[in-house]
This record gives sequence, structure tokens and C-alpha cells, in this order.
Amino acid sequence: MTTTPLLEVEGLHKAFGPHEVLRGIDLAVMPGERVAIIGGSGSGKSTLLRCLNFMEVPTAGRIALDGRTLGRRGRDGGTVYPESELCGVRRRVGMVFQQFNLFPHRTAIENVMEALVTVKGTPRAEARARAEAELGKVGLSEKRDAYPSRLSGGQQQRVAIARALAMDPEILLFDEPTSSLDPELVGEVLRVIRGLAGEGRTMLLVTHELGFAYHFATKVVFLADGRFYEVGTPDEVLKHPRGERTRSFLARHSEFAF
Amino acid sequence: MTYAWDFMPVLRHLDMLALGLVNTVKIAAASIVLGVAIGLVLALMRLSPSRLARAPATAFIEFYRNTPPIVHFFWFFYALPVLADISLDPLAAAILALSTQSGAFYAEVFRGGIVSIEKGQWEGARALGMSRAQLMRRVVLPQAIGRMVPPFVERSFELTKTTALASTLAYGELLYQAMQVNSQTFRPLEVYTVVALLYLVLLITASALARLAEQRLTAYR
Ligand SMILES: Nc1ncnc2c1ncn2[C@@H]1O[C@H](COP(=O)(O)OP(=O)(O)OP(=O)(O)O)[C@@H](O)[C@H]1O
Ligand SMILES: [Mg+2]
Repeated sequence: MTTTPLLEVEGLHKAFGPHEVLRGIDLAVMPGERVAIIGGSGSGKSTLLRCLNFMEVPTAGRIALDGRTLGRRGRDGGTVYPESELCGVRRRVGMVFQQFNLFPHRTAIENVMEALVTVKGTPRAEARARAEAELGKVGLSEKRDAYPSRLSGGQQQRVAIARALAMDPEILLFDEPTSSLDPELVGEVLRVIRGLAGEGRTMLLVTHELGFAYHFATKVVFLADGRFYEVGTPDEVLKHPRGERTRSFLARHSEFAF
Repeated sequence: MTYAWDFMPVLRHLDMLALGLVNTVKIAAASIVLGVAIGLVLALMRLSPSRLARAPATAFIEFYRNTPPIVHFFWFFYALPVLADISLDPLAAAILALSTQSGAFYAEVFRGGIVSIEKGQWEGARALGMSRAQLMRRVVLPQAIGRMVPPFVERSFELTKTTALASTLAYGELLYQAMQVNSQTFRPLEVYTVVALLYLVLLITASALARLAEQRLTAYR
């Protein structure tokens, strides 16, 4: 059986000025795969994720979605990414942020409806019904008319997940979705993400919750100095790490329990 | 020393002062409308990724920030006719001077409001597939406008007070009318007290309206 990877990354580089953050990343994500990205602070985890939906434009390398390489060759040999193509990519690759980034001037349901109406052109009534369904899925039906400032961090993050889901993304990116939450609110967000795993969604998750990563992921990558230092199953990378740096990283995060 | 206040002679000329007040409002309103249009264009130029668009806008804004308004009044009234062979009446010269100057200041108000919107808002919108125009219209501007109101009102008050300079072009706004009433009544204390009160009433009314608008625009907070 041959399946094309849903997402394929080849030789991805990203530099900010002289500072090279990603130094050649290769990655293939099959439909339904769940990748957990771990690594020390500043190792480039967020940058990698942000390159995948072009919040950052890669300095070099190739990214293909569903077998189709994105961008086109520019005159100087580099790749150029027309803004319209990137808007299309971002519709297909949803993102959930550490800081939620809900729109404060819109209620919970309006947050979920916004891009359906503005970007997809869905009629309002239909968008509202869809948004209600998504809020129901994350357990927030009764908060539909609340403004974000009236919601707890955990609730805000669940609205943000519903907002991303409403767009029917083929891939979901999570950048430390629970890192800015009070400890007692982490669980409710992780439960929602676990539920998405149960649906067979393709997801990439940057996290420091190694215990969660262990149960959530089909593949774990340990990022160090802008490269994949170790890649494998959760068991391989988290329980039986081979690399020295993976081991010392895990030792520093020894508080996690599987 | 006791001064015998007598407002009667001034109140008899209240119609002249009322006309002045109307004219003041007229210059201010026209200059605000024009200034907003100029300010929007300048703000967009300054936010543009192109240096070619940014540079002239920056130069324009710096020029107006660093020169006194009365010079602009004189320039539009005395210098422009010589240069361009069009002579402006005092009202037009005053409006041009005020709206270009406040356009420069409004541009900074608009730009400041837009750039004050957190990076996360731009990214949240972009990550959903919004184009730049969509995210401006649906996410950034609705939040930025609320933040622009206080500095916008501040600038507009500054502008309204600066309309008094139109008196130097012999345009019959409030201050000029006051000078006329004074020369007929010889009651400067009363005249200028009344005039001060009229400005005060005008601006306090305007600020109450502005507060109402701001509350509406930021009700979600
Ligand atoms: N927009 C930017 N401009 C310049 N440097 C940047 C930018 N974004 C990230 N960097 C730098 O790139 C490096 C990697 O950052 P990144 O945010 O990807 O790390 P991270 O692995 O997500 O870390 P953390 O665990 O702290 O979130 C850091 O040194 C950071 O300072
Ligand atoms: Mg990060």
C-alpha cells in the first residue's frame, strides 16, 4: 500500500538574520499520524510549527501538502510563496496558540463563526449552526455568548480549538496549548485534544507535557539545535532514548509520569 | 481694587458671538473631516511595506510636527496665492492649514492604534486564512478604533482651539468676533470671559459625546 504523506517537509531551513534556527528538517506525516515535538527552550519547536502554516516563511526547503509542493520557483532560484496560496494553506492547516489569540471583541460563538463567514463565505445561519456544534464538542455550549474576557484560560483555549476545527483543517498544529494555563485547567484542554486523536485527525503538537505526549503521539521527535536529534515511537524516544542529549533532556523533565 | 463687572453690553452682542461660535464649529468640523481623510492616507502610507510610500508620508508628518500652526495659516493665505496663482478666502486657507496639520497628527493616531493591536491578534486571524484586508477589517480595526478615540479626541480638541488662529486672517470665528465686540463695548474682561466659557461649553459637550462613543466601541472589554 502506498499513501502519499499528507505533509512532507524536506531540507527545511529557517534563519532570522544571521541566526539559523532550523538547519535542515525532514519530516513526513501520514494521514492520521500524531507527531509530538519536544525539545529545550529555543530549540526551534515553535519556529518549525510556524513554518508549516507559513506564519514564518522558510528560508529554504520544500513543503508539500498532500503531494503538492507549495510555492513556485522565483527568479533568483529561491521559492516564492504568493500570499493567496498561503491563505489557502492556512485554511487547510489549522493552528492553536499558546496564548489562545481569541478575538476579544467577539463572543465565543462569533470567534468560531468569524473565519467561516469571512474566509469561507459560509452563510451566517449555517456558520452559526456549525459553530454551535463545535462549541458543543468542546463542552462550551452554554458559554456561546460570553466574551473571551469572561472565560477562564481553559475555556478560552477550548474555544480556540473549536475555532480551528470549524474550518475543517486537514492538519492541526498545537503550539504548547496548555503552557499558559493554571495547572488545574490543563486537564480539560488535554481531554479535548485526546478526543481529537480518537477521531483520527492528523496533528502536530509542541508540548512540555511529556506524559501526555507519550499517550497522544504516534511519533515523537526531539529537536535540538534546529535538527531532529532523535525520532521514533513514544516508547523509543521517551522510554528508551538512545541519544545522550535526549537522555539529559528527559532527565531534566523527570517529573512526568506515563 | 474692585472691578464692576457688567455683562449687559456683551450680552447685547451675543448674536455676534453666536455667529463666531458657529463659524468656529464650521472650521473645526470641516478640518476634522478633511484631516481624517488626509490622516488615513498618510497612516496607510506609513504602514506600507514600500519605502517609496513611507518616506514622503514621514516627511510630511515631521514637517507639520515641527512647525508652528500659525505659519501654516500665513503660508496658505499669503504664500500659496503667489506660488500657485490661486487666492484662497480666509475660510479656505484656515481649513487647509488646519486639516493638513491635523492630518499629520491623525495619521500618527491611526497608525498608533493599529500597531498597538497585539501580534497574537494578527496571527490568530492569519492562521485562519484571512487575507490582510480581511484581518484589518474584521479583527484589527474594530479593536484599534476603540483605542484611537482618546488620542483622536485630544487632537480634535487641539484643532478646535487652534481655529482661533483664523482670526489672524480676519475670518469671523469666535475669537475674531470677540475682538469686534470688544472694540464696540470696551469690555475686554467680560467679552473674553464669555468667549472662554463658550469654548468650554463647546469642548465639554464634545468630550461627553466622545466618551459615549468610546464606551460603545470598547463595551466588550
Ligand atoms: N521572529 C523572530 N525573530 C528573531 N528571532 C526569532 C524569532 N522567532 C524565534 N526566534 C529565535 O529562534 C529561536 C527558536 O525560537 P522558538 O520560538 O522556535 O523556540 P522554541 O523551541 O519554541 O522555544 P520555547 O520552548 O521557549 O517556546 C530562539 O532563539 C528565538 O529567539
Ligand atoms: Mg515555542
